[in-house]
Amino acid sequence: MDNFSIKFEKFWQAFYAHNGYARVLEGLKNTMLIAVFGLIIGIVIGTAIAATLVHPAKSRLSRFLKGICNFYVSLFRGTPIVVQLLVTYYVVLPLLQINMSSLNVCILVFGLNSGAYVSEIMRGGILSVDPGQMEAGRALGLGYGVSMGKIVVPQAVKNILPTIGNEFISLIKETSVVSFVGAIDLYVAFNYIGTNNYEFMVPYLFMALIYIVLVLIISSLIKAMERSLRKSDRSHQA
Amino acid sequence: MIEVIKLNKNYGKLKVLQDISFTVEKGEKIAIIGPSGSGKSTLLRCLNLMEEASSGSIIFEGINLTEQKAGLDLHRQKMGMVFQQFNLFNNKTVLENIMMAPLHIRLTKLRKARRQNLLIKAGNLFRKNKKRLIELDTTAGTIREEVQDQALNLLQKIGLEDKRDVYPSTLSGGQQQRVAIIRALAMNPKVILFDEPTSSLDPEMVGEVLDLIRSLAEAGMTMLIVTHEMGFAREVASRVLFMDEGRITEDSSPEQLFSNPQNARTREFLSKVKAM
Repeated sequence: MDNFSIKFEKFWQAFYAHNGYARVLEGLKNTMLIAVFGLIIGIVIGTAIAATLVHPAKSRLSRFLKGICNFYVSLFRGTPIVVQLLVTYYVVLPLLQINMSSLNVCILVFGLNSGAYVSEIMRGGILSVDPGQMEAGRALGLGYGVSMGKIVVPQAVKNILPTIGNEFISLIKETSVVSFVGAIDLYVAFNYIGTNNYEFMVPYLFMALIYIVLVLIISSLIKAMERSLRKSDRSHQA
Repeated sequence: MIEVIKLNKNYGKLKVLQDISFTVEKGEKIAIIGPSGSGKSTLLRCLNLMEEASSGSIIFEGINLTEQKAGLDLHRQKMGMVFQQFNLFNNKTVLENIMMAPLHIRLTKLRKARRQNLLIKAGNLFRKNKKRLIELDTTAGTIREEVQDQALNLLQKIGLEDKRDVYPSTLSGGQQQRVAIIRALAMNPKVILFDEPTSSLDPEMVGEVLDLIRSLAEAGMTMLIVTHEMGFAREVASRVLFMDEGRITEDSSPEQLFSNPQNARTREFLSKVKAM
């Protein structure tokens, strides 16, 4: 135990006296930036893909677009995110001669990646709505877009929202690999503190604590949201 | 009013409908009966193109529906449909369910007219002979009021005006189906298609729904009803179609079909139904 308090002492020195906390804050900021903007990009891409995939048209153009969407989804779900980061940063961007900060590359790749997952979440949410709802709308003479937008999607959102929250949590956790392309996140910050005096036990313990506190906060927010959605369900039955 | 000519529907190799031809005159009440899997519901769903026919034509008020895709929604507005599973919109209250389609369609028309007027006005700046504007005798507010009045009127007729602000899941099956019927009525359709309207109801609720359909029939609404309620078909229908294996095997008056069926398959079916 004595040993541990010495270790803690060393960590605290590096964390507080040697400005380690500034790096931790920057890492935390980057983690949240990547997760939040990644999710926003993901929702935009995911919505577009899901809308294409659930559309009933069977024309050649629509089949072609669906093929592209399916390819996109299997591409991004079928490779590890580290590989996607490395390939984008070291292969795709240099080939296209595009200069981008590593933080922006991370936001881009996490957005593209979560687009694939979000599209599946949305597709599932829309398909889970009774097809009779769409049929009733069409039979009344409402168009596909109106029936979708005013009847099906509002019902699908209830199933989708909590799952999107879970996607946000996995994004936060996955950001721990962004140091592969040189972005500063929590891992880099605590690694820096540890390297200061070659003492890694306490820094990594703290890193784990920060992740779990982040995730606990967000999942309790999601639970609260789910509860309020279910409450409106119950009031339908009251 | 509706003329069906040589309608065929295949699912892959399975022929669900074969060479269906018949006509429906205004005011007729046609019951479609037959064993399950004989294509009754598919026929009904083909009529408003919820299912795409494989070949043949459906002529509704002189227009061939199978040929034209673009104005399909316009024709569906004149053809109400009532489903076995009611299919009320779960995210809308009873009143919103009834108002939604008429309100949306009339407001869209109004907005379109306004847009056109704007274009005409802009064009008139450069025209010597000013073009007349489209006359708008109504506003979004009055449309909303009119649609709501009509919806409340209909709700009153079925005695559910106190349920106007509840969600469909709180209603009994019979109440849901009656709301679904007046939701179709709110569009002022020329014909209503009933797809087994009482098949998923508790027995005690069948009566209230049949009563409503009967009162519509007496008011002169043209209707096609796919049903297993033989007594109701006999009493209300002006004509009965018997379907078997995707064909109409008998098409006659209810007295003729129920008391003196010509077709062997019809006789067999009716004797089985009576035995139950």
